[in-house]
Parts: sequence; structure tokens; C-alpha cells
Amino acid sequence: MINYKKLAASVCAVAMTVSSTAFAAEIDYAKYGDYAKYGKAADVPGACSYESIDKKDYSGRTLKIITHAVPVMGEPTVLHAKQFEDLTGAKVDVVNIPFGDLYQRIMIPFQTGQAAYDVLFYGSLWIGDLHDYLAPVPAAYKDVSGMKDVTVNYRDVATWGPEMVQYPIDGDRHYLKYRADVFDNADLKAKFKADTGHDLTIPSTWEEYNDVAAYFNDKDWFGDGTKHFGSAEVSKRDDLMFSAFISRVAAYAKNPNVKGGFFFDLDTMEPQINNPGFVKGLEMFMAAQKSFPPGGASFGLGDEIFSFGGGQTLFSYSWDDAFIQAQEKDSPIRNKVGAAPLPGAKEVWNRKTKTWDKFDTPNAPPYITWGWTSAVAKASKNQDMAFDFLCFFSNEANTTLDLQIGRFGVNPYRTAHFDPKFWQDKLGWDAKVAETYVNTLSGMDKSNNRVFDLRVPGVNQFMSTMANGVAEAMAGQKTAQEALDGVAKQWSEIVDKIGKDKVRAAYANVVALEDQGR
Amino acid sequence: MDQTGTRFYKLSFLLPGFLVLLAIILFPLLFTIRVSLSGWDAITPGLGWIGIKNYLKVFGDTRFWESMWRLGGMAIGSVIIQYVLGFALALLVWREIKFKRFFRVLFLIPMMTTPVIMTVIWRTILHESLGPANDLLGVIGLGPYPWLTSPGWSVAAIMMVEVWQWTPFMFLLLLAGLISLPREPFLAAAIDGAGPIRTFFNVTFPLLAPVSIGAVIIRLIEASKLIETVYVLTSGGPGTATETAGYYVYIKGLRDFEIGYAAALSITYLVIMMVLLTLIAKFLVKFMLGEKPQ
Repeated sequence: MINYKKLAASVCAVAMTVSSTAFAAEIDYAKYGDYAKYGKAADVPGACSYESIDKKDYSGRTLKIITHAVPVMGEPTVLHAKQFEDLTGAKVDVVNIPFGDLYQRIMIPFQTGQAAYDVLFYGSLWIGDLHDYLAPVPAAYKDVSGMKDVTVNYRDVATWGPEMVQYPIDGDRHYLKYRADVFDNADLKAKFKADTGHDLTIPSTWEEYNDVAAYFNDKDWFGDGTKHFGSAEVSKRDDLMFSAFISRVAAYAKNPNVKGGFFFDLDTMEPQINNPGFVKGLEMFMAAQKSFPPGGASFGLGDEIFSFGGGQTLFSYSWDDAFIQAQEKDSPIRNKVGAAPLPGAKEVWNRKTKTWDKFDTPNAPPYITWGWTSAVAKASKNQDMAFDFLCFFSNEANTTLDLQIGRFGVNPYRTAHFDPKFWQDKLGWDAKVAETYVNTLSGMDKSNNRVFDLRVPGVNQFMSTMANGVAEAMAGQKTAQEALDGVAKQWSEIVDKIGKDKVRAAYANVVALEDQGR
Repeated sequence: MDQTGTRFYKLSFLLPGFLVLLAIILFPLLFTIRVSLSGWDAITPGLGWIGIKNYLKVFGDTRFWESMWRLGGMAIGSVIIQYVLGFALALLVWREIKFKRFFRVLFLIPMMTTPVIMTVIWRTILHESLGPANDLLGVIGLGPYPWLTSPGWSVAAIMMVEVWQWTPFMFLLLLAGLISLPREPFLAAAIDGAGPIRTFFNVTFPLLAPVSIGAVIIRLIEASKLIETVYVLTSGGPGTATETAGYYVYIKGLRDFEIGYAAALSITYLVIMMVLLTLIAKFLVKFMLGEKPQ
């Protein structure tokens, strides 16, 4: 019996792949929406390619996927689901959920033993809660070319103990973004020197960051009648502010000479959240508020993206999005920005000696912050199809195109992505911009003093209490020390409730990543 | 048909309604009580019995009690403003004025919009960098105001959105009440030479008191569930300045995934609200009607 759906899908796929040359099939998304402007990408041969996936027949089977709301990660999921349907004959049901509800929508079916979803897209920091429910990535998929090219940081993010249980589809980190047109402007440099006695340079410490941000805050930099501000930061309590706080404190509290834990002392499981390093980081965060733009004290991630990306501020730091927004074709600051590692600190708290260690070169540990990841449910009866979908989702052609569509939220995570030529040729970035971007991102893979998220059971409880304490200090309701003492007390209660050994066992995985070096 | 047969038929007809009641009200309530006696969270799934541990924790949870006080202040404050404005608008279009029908419809529009969507629009209006509120106020020499970044202004912003959205509800009920009032007391007051202010305080307000009590209680019940405005506008911030009890329960239950504890918070919240609203209703009846409550 002829399978007409499969036949039609194959014809469709052939049409897609034979659109350019007979030998190097090129892929585009034009058929699926307003994507023609992003051009084409070569279908790299291999198990995940369009050609290989087209040979699979999943007719009569249904793949259930839960993912984020459109567009960030939700839009590429929907797009690749449609393509997967066309290629394999499978039916793919995609459920898009806002971030605030995603965790519980994943967790409740897991806890109640339902196989509600085969494939999950979620924040990688939940691995401590979810790993028991996830199917390890089979060896065959670890051998595909795309997976082999994933950089070590993002392999680490996907790994729980000895096993890879998350399928890398994105790479995230926090880094500094700045207005290069200010730092390259001779007049502004001369004025800064005259006014402050210092050279205007990209800040290498958070003290410099705050000082430079304050100097340029609420000023008309270029005499065009537009006022600009110092720093756009994610400061809204329940809108990912906890990650901004970790970025700021890492420099003061992640001492390269002290192994065995950043958030906790792994031996005693005593919270370190209120040690002088964390307190100093919070004080610097509080002090920076005077350089925020109007409303900046309640900026969520979206506000931060459009504030820096729209040219309102001199600095920003967080995920890639603000930089990508700044580099969009219609951006007023396109090719006027630069990327650099997060600022550091010359004095770093040593929790073992209870003293501040001094560093000539600022200590600037990269924060390999959580980002989007994917996984296959252990309870799924469609694991073969589910892994094929993720393999297809992240094949070279799709990733090449997805990286160019800023709103998709797919950011560099493979060695191939760290080539300045890619960003120059595909997106028209200036060479200098592309180089600062690529060098900053790839440089994090070389660090042996990294900070990862607190990937332990109950991570949301820990991060929620921390964000609340930080927010109380930022709003002036408590001092930095009072606020973090309160957080430490709550963390101890959470640890006792979950079980010290259970949290320690999970945290040991995080410490192993942080301490293993390169 | 004997009496037993009649009773059987009566009960049979009531049964579907009773089963629906059981399914949509009693079962969720009883299940929530059961969940509140469990330690269900991200690490320990299921209904493992832990007795009243969660309730004991509630009593020591200062953040919850602070959020209750905050909620009380915002709910009572905004409902009083809604009542005063609603009454004023109802009086305005009760009389014969031009475009009466137009104004009646116009005043109802905020109530007919979706709260979350309207709050998103308000958030945009009040955005201190991009929103028009401060720009417009600047034209007349006011501001800029830290609508969403100062604790006091954030509370004011939430109350303002609540008042904007729900004053029409008050307006609707009070206008219906005014229209249904008998004309004789007003004629008698006019013959006695009472002016508009005296007529209002001696005739209109007392006659409308039963409707006023109903409207205020209904709005207080709704306002005590204040969450969507907080969620969209401030996320409880800055700090905890606008965190209400409902929003805190949401954070504990669905963000932190402390399901058992959130259920205990919900039940505590429900009991407090039932007691408080009953007391407020009794007080209003005594104060406005001068009657001994039943």
C-alpha cells in the first residue's frame, strides 16, 4: 500500500534539498514563513541531516513536545516540528508554555508518572530536579558531527555525573556589552581623562564598571539632544534577576585558590551566600542603581534587551540577546557595540582563610549561566523518534539559520559558531564587532575558574529566596548583609528539609565542573 | 404517589446539581486540604502525610503575614476609592444629562477589558523610560515619577489600575440601585425644601445603603484575590513592596514548587478571608443600616 503522506513528504523534502545544486543540498525556511531573508545553509551530511531524517518513516506515530512560548525557543521548536512532520510523516504536537509555568508543567506529569511529553525544552539549571526523569543521550547521537563540535562548556552543562542527559541546542553565558562608539570616541576619551584623571578603557573590575557608568549616566554623549544612561541590568526580582546577581558576585566570591564550592562549602554544606564576597557584590549591585535609566530598577530581561539594544545605555551584561538586538539590521547602534568578559575584582574573598586575597590581574570567573536545553523523557515510548527530532533540530543547517534569527534565542555553542567570518558574512557585522563577540564567548571555554548555576534539587527554592533577599536590599528594605543573612538562614532550612546528603551529592557535580580545570 | 415517592423524585432531580457541586467545589477544596497536610515539593512528590507541619510553618512565615497586611491595605483602599468614584459617576448619569447613554457605556469599558491585557498596557504607559505617563505629566510640569521602582509609587500604581478597572463595576451596581429607588422620598424632600447635599445624605445615601453594602462586599471579595495586576505590573517589587498574599502563594506553589506548603498557605488565606469579610459585612450592615446583623 502506498503511503501517500510519506510520499508527499519525500517529494517535499527533495524539493527542499534540490533547490540549489545537485551535490551540496541547501536548506532554507522560506516555505514555513517569513524566513527567506535569512538565506540558505548547506545540509551537512550525517545522521541528523535533512537527507538522513528524510529516510526515516514515522508515519502513524505522534511526538509530543513541551517548549517555551513563541518566539524564544518556541518558534524554532514549532518550525522544526513542521519540517520533521514533512520529512518523516510523524505527527508532532507542540505545546508552548510561558517561562513562569514551564517548570510545573514539566514536573507534575513526571511526578505523577504520566508520559505527557516525549521531548522537553527548558532551562538547563533544572537538571538537578529533572535528571532522574530524563533518558541519557544514546552513544550514536554523541557521535554525530554536530554533537562532537559542541564546546566543552556546553557538554558540561548537559552532563549529570558521568552521563549526558540533556541534548545541547543552545549556548548561554553572561558577558559585558558596551558602546564601542563611546570608547573609540577621541573627544569623549579626552573629556573623561580630563574630568577623572583616568584613561577611558573597557572596565576590568566592577568598581570601574560602576564608575564609568556613573560618569556617562544621564548625559547627552554626542550633543544630539539625546540623553543616555550608564547601565541596563536585569533587576526585576522574579524576572531572572538572580542570574544578574550571580554575575556580579562571582568576581568577589569565586576564588580560584579555593576549591570545594561557591554557593556552599561542600564539606559542611554551610551556605556561603552571606560571606563578605557575596555581600560586596550585592553592595556594588546596589550602588550601580544610580546609573540605571529611568525605571531601570525594575527591568526584566526584555527591558534590558531593548534598553541596551536600543542604544539607551553604555553598558549591559547578561545573555546574548541584548547584543544581538543591538546588531539587528534596523538597530540605531548596529556595529557600534562591543563584547568583553564580565568585569572582575582585585580583592576576592577567601572563605578558608577568612581574608581578602589580592590579585594584580582582576579575578573574572566566567558565569556559564543556564540557558535553553532539551531532553527526552525516560518514560517516553518514542525515544527513537524523540532523539531523531533533537538531532534534526540541532543539525548544522538548522543551527546555521537559527543563529541568524535573533528572536529564536539560539546562541553559539559549537566551535564552528566561534568564527568571526560567520557573523560578518551571514549577518553583515563589522569585523571588529564580530571579533570581540567571538573572542569573548570562546574565551570562556578556556577558563579554569568557572561558575555554574546551583544545579541541585530544589534549585528554584534556592534561587527564589536569593532573589527575594537581593530585591529587598536593592529596594532599601534591608542592608546587603541583613538581606543575605536572611537568605543564608532560609538556604540552611531548605537544605535541612531536602536532606543535606542529597543536596551535597548533587552539588558535588557542580563543584566538579567548577574545579576540574582545563 | 405517596410522600416517600415524591421525596425520591425531588432528590433525584437535585442529584445532578449536587454532583456538579461536589465535583467543582467540594472535591478541589477537600483535595487542597489534603495536599496541605503533605510535604509535596520538587523533591518529594505525592501526598506523603506530614500532619500540620505546613500550618506551623505558615504561622512563622513573616513574608506571608506581611503580604496579608499589604493586601488588606491595598484592597480596602482601592475599594473605598472605587466606591466613591463609582457613586459619583452613577449620580452623574442618573440625572437627565446630554449623551447619558454614551457616558453609561463609556464608563463601563474598563470593566469589559481583560485584566491581564489591560495591566500590560498600563505597564507600558507607566514605563519610566518608554511610557507616555511621565512625558505627558512633564508637559504640565509634573514628575517624572518612579511609578514602578519606588515602593510607595508602586503600591499607588497598582491601586490606580485596580480603581480604573473596577470602578465601573461599582458604577453599574450603584446606578442600577439609583434607578430602582422610589420617587416619593425625593419628592417629599423637595417639598420640605432640602437642597441637593441634604437630599443626598438624608435620602439617596440611606436608601442606597443595602446596594452599597452588597457592592462593597462583592468588590472586597474580588480585591482580596489581587494577583494578576501585581504579577504583570511589578512582580511583587520593588523588594516585597507590592507582594500580595495571592502572589506569594503563586510563587511558593508554582515557581518554587512547594505544593504542600502553598496549599497550606491557600487554606489559611481562605479561612482568614472568610472570617474577615464576614466581620466586615456585619460591621457595614450595622454602620450603614443601623440594624442588628442577623
